[in-house]
Amino acid sequence: MVAPRYSTDWEALSLRLVFGALAAIAIVFLVGPTVIMLLTSFTASQSLKFPPDGLSLRWYAALLDADQMQAAAWNSLVVAFWTTVLSVVLGTAAALGIARSRSPLARACDVLFMSPLLLPALAFGFAALIFIHRLGFSPSIPFLVLGHTVVCVPFVLRTTIAALSQLDPALLDASQSLGAGGWRTFRRVTLPLIAPGLGAGAFLAFMASFDNVPVSLFLADERSEMLPIHLWQQIETNLDVRTAAVSGLIVMFTLILMLLAERLAGLTRQMR
Amino acid sequence: MLPLAALFVAFFVAPLIVLLALSLHADTATATWTAANYVKFFTDRFNYSILWDTLFLGVKATLVCLVFGYPIAWICARASARWQSVLVFLVILPILTSVVVRTFAWIVILGRQGVLNQIALSLHLTDEPLRLLYTEPGVVMVLAQVQMPLMVLPILTVLSKIDPNLADASRVLGAGEWRTLWRVTVPLSLPGVVAGCILTYSACVTAFVTQTLIGGARLIYMPLHIYQQAIGANNWPFAAAISVIFMVAVLAAVALLSLLGRKSESYGSA
Repeated sequence: MVAPRYSTDWEALSLRLVFGALAAIAIVFLVGPTVIMLLTSFTASQSLKFPPDGLSLRWYAALLDADQMQAAAWNSLVVAFWTTVLSVVLGTAAALGIARSRSPLARACDVLFMSPLLLPALAFGFAALIFIHRLGFSPSIPFLVLGHTVVCVPFVLRTTIAALSQLDPALLDASQSLGAGGWRTFRRVTLPLIAPGLGAGAFLAFMASFDNVPVSLFLADERSEMLPIHLWQQIETNLDVRTAAVSGLIVMFTLILMLLAERLAGLTRQMR
Repeated sequence: MLPLAALFVAFFVAPLIVLLALSLHADTATATWTAANYVKFFTDRFNYSILWDTLFLGVKATLVCLVFGYPIAWICARASARWQSVLVFLVILPILTSVVVRTFAWIVILGRQGVLNQIALSLHLTDEPLRLLYTEPGVVMVLAQVQMPLMVLPILTVLSKIDPNLADASRVLGAGEWRTLWRVTVPLSLPGVVAGCILTYSACVTAFVTQTLIGGARLIYMPLHIYQQAIGANNWPFAAAISVIFMVAVLAAVALLSLLGRKSESYGSA
């Protein structure tokens, strides 16, 4: 019995080393770029060099005069806000229907509602542009919100359906038999129990909308420029250090929201 | 369910039908149906090689994600609850940070005076700066980083549901750790691997921002091709045909992967 145990230990060690090394490389690979980006944005010089030549807040201060960027950021926030509201309202209603029903129709709806996650979003953005042209409209903020909702609602659906599937149906029966109506049961029993899943979904939908390029590329008009598109164009044409400062702000804003979502909704548990 | 179904029919299904209809016309004004746009795509080497390059780019980036993503998920599944939260947090941090921002960070890293070139030069691995930006290996590397979380999360979900007794049984019966990994853990986690591959693949082939910023103007993939034909050349019917071809190709790849997934599920339970 001694010899095999010895060889097993060596094997366990080698497996741990190989997987540990791969995972460590991957974690550095995942987190490194964001850290480098953040440090570069505090540079004191004119160029985007890492490590920066000196630290300063000058490029962040320069953002105070960047009217175009501020307008784009505001547009993106407004669209992300309305997209999240629509996604949460429509997504929760749909999740309740899908989770309760076993009918083939509900299955088909589930597949349909999830398909924007797999279909090329850019092709959908272009299709939506052709469609609203055919109807005689031109791109505008309301259409942008509808387009974003189509591609963001799967995030709300996924986390909410997962939360509903863990809900004990006996609780709903108890509430009903104690005389509460359907709406009251939903508000007092179902909603508080699925709130973390719903919250995590709303957060993911907000971030996906705020970051969306493929749909905005076609549905944003000249007057309503969106932040990710503005940044994309800036990076393609001239590498301005202010772009790094905006990116730094986005990273910090994301981190704060993520920590909040982790505290309030247990984000890392909901994503699994 | 009904309000969302109404939105999807009016603003998802209907646009896709209009797209398909337009792709079967020579121009936006005429009413005659024609397959000319499709014939043009598949008879012109420039066009179909873009489709092939895009589909193959997705395969390469997905494989890189799998090689690095599986070990992360494996370690996550074994970590204590506290470490697991930290690791998952680190894994989802990149996917929630704006894609434009993450890709921009890579320009700082991969450029001629970027971090990687500085390291390579100071270690005398190379005499002159390497060209990393605007090359396909660069695009694959950045896509792998940008989309890795989509691979890690489904694998982690499946790995943490596997009964640990099965691996113990395998060890008690004399199989080593590597053998247990290949013969027990990996087959049981195949459904998660397939789900991760589907999500990663469909995200990689459509990653417009990463493809255009890291690939530059000379490496053209399908999303940029659609955009250039639609907005640059203003040739809507042809852009519609390319969109339809691209969507069908991606759906076919996804269908193939999920077929493999169904096979692997029966293998896992057998």
